[in-house]
Amino acid sequence: MHPAFSVVFFTTATGAGYGLLALLGVLGGVGAIPADFWLGLISMGLALGLIAAGLLSSTGHLGRPERAWRAFSQWRSSWLSREGVASVVTFVPAGLFGIGWVFFGHTGGWVAIAGLLAAIGAVVTVCTTGMIYASLKPIAQWHSRYTLPGYLIFSAMTGGVLLNALLQFFAIGSNTLLAGCVLLTGLGWGWKLATWRYNDRLEIPTTANTATGLAGGTVRSMEWPHTEENYLLKEMGFRIARKHSVRLRQIAQLLAFGLPIVLLLAAFGLPWLFVAVLSILAAVIQFAGMLVERWLFFAEAKHTVTLYYGR
Amino acid sequence: MTCLPAHTDKRLGLVIDLDTCVGCQACVTACKEWNTGGHMAPLTDIDPYGGNVDGVWFNRVHSYEHTTEMGGRTVNFPRSCLHCETPACVTVCPTGASYKRASDGIVLIDEDKCIGCKLCSWACPYGAREFDTDVGVMKKCTLCVDRIYNDNLAEDDRVPACVAACPTSARHFGDLGDPLSAVSQLVAERGGVDLMPEMGYHPTNKYLPPRAHTTRAASVPAPALEPVRTEGGFLGWVDRMLSN
Repeated sequence: MHPAFSVVFFTTATGAGYGLLALLGVLGGVGAIPADFWLGLISMGLALGLIAAGLLSSTGHLGRPERAWRAFSQWRSSWLSREGVASVVTFVPAGLFGIGWVFFGHTGGWVAIAGLLAAIGAVVTVCTTGMIYASLKPIAQWHSRYTLPGYLIFSAMTGGVLLNALLQFFAIGSNTLLAGCVLLTGLGWGWKLATWRYNDRLEIPTTANTATGLAGGTVRSMEWPHTEENYLLKEMGFRIARKHSVRLRQIAQLLAFGLPIVLLLAAFGLPWLFVAVLSILAAVIQFAGMLVERWLFFAEAKHTVTLYYGR
Repeated sequence: MTCLPAHTDKRLGLVIDLDTCVGCQACVTACKEWNTGGHMAPLTDIDPYGGNVDGVWFNRVHSYEHTTEMGGRTVNFPRSCLHCETPACVTVCPTGASYKRASDGIVLIDEDKCIGCKLCSWACPYGAREFDTDVGVMKKCTLCVDRIYNDNLAEDDRVPACVAACPTSARHFGDLGDPLSAVSQLVAERGGVDLMPEMGYHPTNKYLPPRAHTTRAASVPAPALEPVRTEGGFLGWVDRMLSN
């Protein structure tokens, strides 16, 4: 599949934004994170900013973005429509929570409820994003039990590491939070390795034989219907060289998981300034690594239409 | 609404005979010619005379070499929308632009509602949908919905343009929901198959596999010419004279 940057950035940014929003909603609502104006403003601004930037970026993928409002109508059948509805609905409790927690400095009560609802909305939205990909049968690497948990884990991981960076910057971080981020990043690493292992061993029942209805023997593409690449090949026939795939997987692992774990572990017991700098570095590097991971998620996915072209 | 109809009154579709298709591309050209002025018009061409020619086509003919223990053969393979019974291209559509008609099962796109998110083309395993980068919307085969019910055409012409154009009658159009229809009986007789049945989309269009290799072909050569009999008498003398 063609890794369009608008979609790569959209899924990565909203994943991190909703992860951060969910954690802020739950922890801020009950007062586990103190209601502080500047901390609240910057952290809620970052969460909602990432979400809004991601959603805006996703409209860049559309052929007719001015009609995007129509995408809220088909939630009964379409995961993409459900994602649109869930993302917009989530803004309501998120906004109320932001007003109560940041501007009024309240915790508990209706602010806690709004925070909890925002967290639920965030989780639901990330689930709908994951299901858009997991529901596509023609792409075996996506239509697997690894896709949906992957989106949830990566959202929690990137959101958690961002929250840690914010709290450490405001000098109210804790070793528990650091340890939690190390564990989440380790979980993400493990899940990604398991996903790649599953994909590399995948035996896809769909072949050139079943695609053409020609039973038995071998079916070899002799001649394409067209001389140049068409929409199908540009959009779904994207191929990545095996050596590049190996190298990019190494880069993704180093940036998204390896380096953040090292930086977060190194931050234990250091004075404030060092902890803050290391935590922010870990968050920034992890986000860059997740962009590489998401690029690979698309680039390594193979659509059944490529079988018609002998690819 | 992108929810699928529980039942369609008819299941209009195509039956394509891979035995007789000669890969002449007449169906491809006829389809383009009709539809670039039809329901989903235009079928945009980008850089048609340049080095990076691209464009929207509803029907594409591939050529394959099918090799079995019986030997190899060339199979020409027209590929277009199969108007599936459970088309995920319709259910994934977030806007309701894609729909399956309850009356005849044809899968169509409302161009005015399409936002060009391309998700339907990802959901189609067969590559039936092509994006028009110029108009910014998705396009697909309409089963010539503007021909098959068209009272302005002679009754014989109320078939999809690709079917009308096929010089070897490799393409057949009819109601595959009716077991007594000519197309259904053809499918039963020739063992017509679904493409990618494992995907579970239940395509309406069927493909008739090439017939088995036959042993009835002229495997015995024609009898060799007999040598001219040498004759005596006058004709024999003429023959000897001329042979010298």
